Amino acid sequence: MTYQRPNFRHPDLPQNKIGFYRKDYEGALSTLCAGCGHDSISGAIIQACYEMAIEPHRLAKLSGIGCSSKTPAYFLGNSHGFNSVHGRMPSVATGAVMANKDLLYLGVSGDGDTASIGMGQFVHAIRRNLNILYIVMNNGCYGLTKGQDSATADQGSINKSGVENSFQGIDLIGLGLELGATFLARSFSGDKSQLIPLIKAGLSHPGFALIDVISPCVTFNNNVGSTKSYDYTREHIEATGSIDLVPYKSEITHSQIDGTTQIITLHDESSIQVHKLSQDWDPTSKISAYNKMHEAKTVKEILTGLIYIDTESKDLHSVLKTSKKPLNALTESDLCPGNDALAKICAGMR
Amino acid sequence: MIDLKGINDVVIRFATVNGTGSASANNMFAKAVYKMGVPVTPKNIFPSNIQGLPTWYEVRVSEKGYLGRREGIDILVAVNAQSFAKDVQSVRSGGYLMYDSTKLLADEDKRPDIHYIGIPMMEMCIAHYNDARTHLLMKNVIYVGALAALLGMEISVFENLIQEQFKKKEKLIPGNIQALHLGVDYALKNYSLLPYKIERRDLIGDRILIEGNNACGLGALFAGATVGSWYPITPSTSVMNAFEKWCYKFRVDPETGEHKFAIIQAEDELAAMGMVLGANWNGARSFTATSGPGVSLMSEFLGLSYFAEIPAVLIDVQRGGPSTGMPTRTQQSDLMIAAYASHGDTKHVLLFPSNPKECFDMTADAFDFAERYQTAILIMTDLDLGMNDHLSDPLQWDDSRMYKRGKVLTAVELESMKSFGRYQDVDGDGIPYRTIPGTHPTKGSYFTRGSSKDENAKYTEESEAYVRNVDRLAKKWLTIQKEIYPPEITINDKGSKKGLIFFGTSSYAAIEAIDLLAENGLHFNAMRLKAFPFTKEVLEFIDNHDEIYVIEQNRDAQCRTILITELNINPSKLKSVLNYDGFPITAQFISEKIITNR
Repeated sequence: MTYQRPNFRHPDLPQNKIGFYRKDYEGALSTLCAGCGHDSISGAIIQACYEMAIEPHRLAKLSGIGCSSKTPAYFLGNSHGFNSVHGRMPSVATGAVMANKDLLYLGVSGDGDTASIGMGQFVHAIRRNLNILYIVMNNGCYGLTKGQDSATADQGSINKSGVENSFQGIDLIGLGLELGATFLARSFSGDKSQLIPLIKAGLSHPGFALIDVISPCVTFNNNVGSTKSYDYTREHIEATGSIDLVPYKSEITHSQIDGTTQIITLHDESSIQVHKLSQDWDPTSKISAYNKMHEAKTVKEILTGLIYIDTESKDLHSVLKTSKKPLNALTESDLCPGNDALAKICAGMR
Repeated sequence: MIDLKGINDVVIRFATVNGTGSASANNMFAKAVYKMGVPVTPKNIFPSNIQGLPTWYEVRVSEKGYLGRREGIDILVAVNAQSFAKDVQSVRSGGYLMYDSTKLLADEDKRPDIHYIGIPMMEMCIAHYNDARTHLLMKNVIYVGALAALLGMEISVFENLIQEQFKKKEKLIPGNIQALHLGVDYALKNYSLLPYKIERRDLIGDRILIEGNNACGLGALFAGATVGSWYPITPSTSVMNAFEKWCYKFRVDPETGEHKFAIIQAEDELAAMGMVLGANWNGARSFTATSGPGVSLMSEFLGLSYFAEIPAVLIDVQRGGPSTGMPTRTQQSDLMIAAYASHGDTKHVLLFPSNPKECFDMTADAFDFAERYQTAILIMTDLDLGMNDHLSDPLQWDDSRMYKRGKVLTAVELESMKSFGRYQDVDGDGIPYRTIPGTHPTKGSYFTRGSSKDENAKYTEESEAYVRNVDRLAKKWLTIQKEIYPPEITINDKGSKKGLIFFGTSSYAAIEAIDLLAENGLHFNAMRLKAFPFTKEVLEFIDNHDEIYVIEQNRDAQCRTILITELNINPSKLKSVLNYDGFPITAQFISEKIITNR
């Protein structure tokens, strides 16, 4: 928990290509516990948006309730934010996305907000392939109400009071695969070099991009025996590889490409370079993703990185055929048929 | 036997089986009365079921123009074997029962005090048509023909309606016309005309026959709603169906095929309301339609709408409660939950349409109100209004009308402002200024939340800031109270200190009841409520009358309770007339209750 942030900024700090400094993407001071994984994720979001040169007002951030859902106050202070009610961010986001297809949408949620109270809305947002990056800050517990196990806590994980969790943990990525999600990634709050490019790729994806980020709760779930602690996560992590987002028309340097590099072209002709740790794995194949995930589970490894991407993803707007002009920009002349039309309608009711 | 008769004053009930095509035949009968220039009120009485259960269709014909239900079934067309015995008992003494005489009448179904009109419907069908489905369909047309003939109606009107109905399936026309005449000829040959008559008049003017739900859907279309989100629930489903139908007609670009609307069938009512808030927050006019069980689920978001000050429009087509209640029967029993939905100190604006024209006008206005007041507006219609055809003034739209988007700051305005505080009361009316995401690169962004905040939308647990905020919300409520619809007051007798208070679909019966009571020497003035909060005229009316009845269709006198609480009325001053059996209230019920309770 930081109480003061220095106002001093070095004059030579770099601007991004639209003239914003990194601080233009920061938010209010975090009130989370010192060392909270969520603050690292906020930092990664700031860095990703800065590097992508997103105009801050062209992104809307939405959240539910809980420690994770507080974080949108701590990043992108120049973006509109909506801290909705518990577990209901997906529906609010759905309405917002419908209203204006031209903004970027970033949803932030936690494991309680997503996997318990919000499970219904979460799965339906996936089904509809809503155009949003949905980040779950997953710490396996309810931090804000003092550490109760959440639905993503692994069976057998021991909480701070020494009690073993007897119930099955919900694997959000596995669930997402079953539901037909079009972008699935898992990461660790302690690994920014992996997380930042995943956030960029997620924001570029046309459809529902889910990043499940293991984000240890230093206060209530960082003890020995917890499977969501910093130590446990570091010891059991297995990355599928690292990725880079290559923006549209940028040059791909040959030095980046080796035998295990796969280039995935996105809808806007930017691309993701995946530097894979093994060749027998293809993130555009669902079957490969299933196998890899189950193998990792069997040996109790936490598989991170880009796990699955559907390069043919069609988002909700294209399914609903909404107009190019955002719905919230349409006016009377676009929308109202006028009195002559109404008179004709009435004539048909005589 | 009682001698009943009447010209253009009759109640006919059709007892049929759902899913057998009877609905369109029954509709044709009501439409024919309308086409003959006589006021008509049809009501569907249907089960929560798709095929095979009894349905009834009740048609009231009233030369005097009364549009409420009337008690007493003068003529019953009984073609449902399942409900036959009960249907026979439902005919008023001296009334008429038309039945299919292909089968003999059982002894226990023979009443000495009613007349029987046997028409061998199925026998004629079998003689003239080939397959079983056609037999079933034509039976309906035969009884319509027989009934029309015995009521002395113009058969050509029915012929025209058949031509119109099957315009696109012309080969069906001759068969239907033949069936009509089979009924007409048999009835005239075997029975004399009934003492009830339906004669041509010119009492309709330019009025139309339209369901309230359709009018609500049209209101949303004309008001510029672009995002509709809903979860299917009787009796509100046809609101979104209508909106969708009209959107496909008027909002699809003929060249590109692009849609200027988005409709999402949500996973539940919680999500439906969440989508409405998300879209409105992001600057698109959005609405949902539901019924009582949905309002229960939407309460959480209604509280957020109130406290975070996000516009929303909710059309509540009320049905019989509590819980699942009576899904296919009507009530006005969501008033309390709608007015105060969600925890904490919350209040919501309610509008009470009482006919389809008001469904249209109030839905359209609701979008303006929602944006002006930055809160949820609930349109309190009901099954009776929503799912039945009503004789209504035609809908009209003023082409010079612009959408009133309320206090929304543009990029230019933000640029010239020194500071922006989302929840500052700049104008002293309690209504703050808002911004839409994406408007300005560096100004006007804020964090919307359901938690306590200060004038600049910053989270706070400071008591003073919290109190300032909720007091401003109370001030906003007073602004709404000054600007919202006043009641419609009708002074029938200047000297009278007696008054009736009513709203919504109770109005038809209440207006008729005033005439019935006057015949008994009791002269009542009337106040029809059109909105909550109540404007000052409501209190004045109550202050100016000594004997007041609040007429409503629920058990617990919910409107009376709200009047007492909100206006600080002595409870003994307001008496109740309550109908809550699921059928639309009648004038006879109201006048009898008042006369016997005085």
